[in-house]
Amino acid sequence: MGTIQLKKVRKAFGESIIIPGADLDIKHGEFIVFVGPSGCGKSTLLRMIAGLEDLTSGEILIDGKDCSDAAPASRGLSMVFQSYALYPHMTVRNNIAFGLKMAGETPEQIAPKVAKAAETLNLTEYLDRKPGQLSGGQRQRVAIGRAIVRNPSGFLFDEPLSNLDAALRVNMRIFIMQLHKDLGATMVYVTHDQVEAMTMADRIVVLNRGNIEQVGSPLELYNKPNSKFVAGFIGSPKMNFVEGNIAAKHKAKTIGVRPEHIDIVSGKGEWQGKILLTEHLGSDSFLHVDAGDAGRLVVRAPGEFAGKPGDNISLKPDAARIHKFDAQDLSIR
Amino acid sequence: MATNQSRAIGKWALAPSLIVLSAWAFVPLALTIYFAFLRYNLQDPDNTSWFGLSNFYYFLSDPYFTKDFINTILLVGSTIIFTIAGGVGLAVLLDQPFWGRGIVRLLMISPFFIMPTVSSLVWKNLIMHPVFGLFAGIQRFFGSTEPIDWFGHYPLISVIIIVTWQWLPYATLILLTAMQSLDGEQKDAAAMDGAPPLSYFRYIVLPHLSRPITVVILIETIFLLNIFAEIKVTSVGGFAGNLTYLVFSQLNDANDVGAAAAGGIIAVILANIVSYFLVRIVGKNLEG
Amino acid sequence: MALKQTTGQKITITIVAWVIGLLLFFPILWTAIAAFKTESDAYTLPQNFLTTPWTLENFGIVQERSDYVLYIRNTVIIAGLSTLLGLVFAVPAAWSMAFAPQSKPTNNWSGYTWLAIIFGSGGLAALILYFMGWHPTNFLVGIILLLMFVVPVSAWVWTRATKDTLLWMLSTKMMPPAGALISIYLLFNRNGLVYKDWGWIDLSDYNLVDSFWGMVPLVMLLNLPIIIWMLYTYFKELPVEILEAARMDGASLWNELTQVLTPMAMPGIASTCLLNLILAWNEAFWSLNLTNKFAAPLSFFISEYSSPEGQFWAKLSAASIMAIVPILIVGWFSQKQLVRGLTFGAVK
Repeated sequence: MGTIQLKKVRKAFGESIIIPGADLDIKHGEFIVFVGPSGCGKSTLLRMIAGLEDLTSGEILIDGKDCSDAAPASRGLSMVFQSYALYPHMTVRNNIAFGLKMAGETPEQIAPKVAKAAETLNLTEYLDRKPGQLSGGQRQRVAIGRAIVRNPSGFLFDEPLSNLDAALRVNMRIFIMQLHKDLGATMVYVTHDQVEAMTMADRIVVLNRGNIEQVGSPLELYNKPNSKFVAGFIGSPKMNFVEGNIAAKHKAKTIGVRPEHIDIVSGKGEWQGKILLTEHLGSDSFLHVDAGDAGRLVVRAPGEFAGKPGDNISLKPDAARIHKFDAQDLSIR
Repeated sequence: MATNQSRAIGKWALAPSLIVLSAWAFVPLALTIYFAFLRYNLQDPDNTSWFGLSNFYYFLSDPYFTKDFINTILLVGSTIIFTIAGGVGLAVLLDQPFWGRGIVRLLMISPFFIMPTVSSLVWKNLIMHPVFGLFAGIQRFFGSTEPIDWFGHYPLISVIIIVTWQWLPYATLILLTAMQSLDGEQKDAAAMDGAPPLSYFRYIVLPHLSRPITVVILIETIFLLNIFAEIKVTSVGGFAGNLTYLVFSQLNDANDVGAAAAGGIIAVILANIVSYFLVRIVGKNLEG
Repeated sequence: MALKQTTGQKITITIVAWVIGLLLFFPILWTAIAAFKTESDAYTLPQNFLTTPWTLENFGIVQERSDYVLYIRNTVIIAGLSTLLGLVFAVPAAWSMAFAPQSKPTNNWSGYTWLAIIFGSGGLAALILYFMGWHPTNFLVGIILLLMFVVPVSAWVWTRATKDTLLWMLSTKMMPPAGALISIYLLFNRNGLVYKDWGWIDLSDYNLVDSFWGMVPLVMLLNLPIIIWMLYTYFKELPVEILEAARMDGASLWNELTQVLTPMAMPGIASTCLLNLILAWNEAFWSLNLTNKFAAPLSFFISEYSSPEGQFWAKLSAASIMAIVPILIVGWFSQKQLVRGLTFGAVK
């Protein structure tokens, strides 16, 4: 079991409102990612689920039980912190065993569980070291080991990969996804990196200024963003937004087109522009184009695209993939 | 960030310390205030009566009060001047690289760890003794036939010398720490700008030291107002006593609880004026 | 000012620094030498300190005459126990202020309201005393003053934001002892203020003057603000997430404090203890005023040499060396950490 329900969860520090009211249903075994810019309240929301922050009002149900005021440990959840938060004075073995010890288990009960967790995480040979003697990736694995050994009904991850270098991050991402598949437990994962969100999540929760903007599968968010904020946040490079006359033609305040949905055409396209900069990634090239009325656009071109800064090109957005937004920045469908 | 639950536990974890500290800070003070308005002498404890402001009047009009008040100011003021001036110099010196810096640093700060009773007696006997003391020996070496009797003729200056010796390491340690926190790049930039050492010191080091100097002044003031052992142990209380000593002697020699209490209240008021500024400085630092 | 130095400059600075260092250290050095000389040789130091014979006899005589062992035992008891007792109060308090801080006052009465409450209850206490008829040995006096002053003041500080609570604690350290001397002296005295026969327990033979029961709490209270402050600054540097991880792991508050926080903060706690030990070891005002034999520490032991024993310099020196060496060594080892405690953190 591992369902988590948030009902009108609200958080305020005095006058300043962090989360005005969040509703969310997390099903058993789901991998949920909270994503949003820094300061959007995603970590606060996670910490409220963990029991490390109070609710100002509202309810949190875990496995159908009201846990709004329950102590963190009694919620049956484990958490992996951004800084790993390992106990520096304990060996890896004791770090992993600490939660079990606190739960009153005997050394005989603890030893096999620790050994099994260590094996899963390739930590067996490091069990007698202190965290200070481990690399970043190893520490991260100890932190995960500490979480899984208690066999919780759900895992909470607070930006767990942000302190790792890029190569390790990709490995750990795959590792966590594999872990999710193996354990089948509910996981709630907080990140500000939309790539992590897109690749890992069953469902993504996009937060903006404490509000849940949209909940959905990665492709739902990509294809049908509810608002201009979600459209801009999901996808890389960012969606191009065009206002003014061009948007008015589509009966919208703003229209948005992703860089990958703009074609470079020979002859006359919808927009004319001049290349300002090119970024060559090998597989793709991204062109920064000054498109006159349409403003500055980013356009994806094939990797072997030969245009140079200063060249004039014609652009044609994919009509079916144009997103329209009203004056409130909500999508017009 | 914490939950209400942990904040509530935190409040209670704080309570024992708060209760003992407020008992410590206010019960004796309250009693002292009460005694300050009583005619209450330990030699005649049954004849205790309301005395109004007379204790304050007698304490303030006592010729010893004026003398000891001036002594207090001289003691605090001159010690601060000497320790700050010496401390800045020693801090600059210790900030230079030289052979054996760690050992010299230990030698220089050692006096701070010496208990006041020891330093008083060592200075009084081994160093300032008019016949056998080191200073007398030095004077004789230079041909003087009648060396200075330090504690006999200059009791206040003698006490100031001892106290300065004790507190110089403190000023040095604090100022040295502050100086070492001076940004290394700033030093390099000044060197690149071709600033000669003196103007480097004048325009970069001294302004950087102004805050630590203020802190040293305030903290030394608080401790130096309460100098007691150095005066009691060297038996110069009658000549070079300060307010703390006067309060002690009212209680110890005259057994006059009322007058001693009035003196204590006056000392508290003086100390509060100083600590008001110190607390403001510390408080500003807490925010940063 | 690490400006570029030539070797010549470095030699000059080395010489100057060593000369000044030795000058400042000289009184201690000389005392140390005199301690190992005979009484008559001690008077003619230092011109002949190399030629005169060395001796250990002074240390034996000091022990014999004034029982050094008793005093150092007392000092260790007072300094050690007051440090431990201080930690018992300070660790929870510093934990609370560092990890569960109160950013705003928990009640919004104005400062004037509080002042009125505190002084009102103090005034009420005075009135009650007045109508009851004052007698210095009345037990009720103690209880009433305790309640009327401590309760409102504690309540006031208790509801403040953490920052103000901390500053208030520091400000208690700034209280001059002269202000409390009279009251403490009378409170501690057997025939003093507090009526000690309460029927079910008779303390009337008990005298807190010259007693560990009086000195240990007193020295603890003297240094408690500094202990709390130092621990607070050390705790502040620890990552909160580790304590939260412990909470997620199901650690109770007790386990959080004893198994996670304390071991992690051990270096900080150790240097706090050292500073407290130094301050307690060298404490003189209260030791001289409130002890004389049974619980007297080394400060008092040395003051006994002011006269006429002070005329015996070798003995005085031996006694002084025995009194200062233990704490001097502690001081040398902990000097780097002391700065923090000695400035209340006002200098980084």
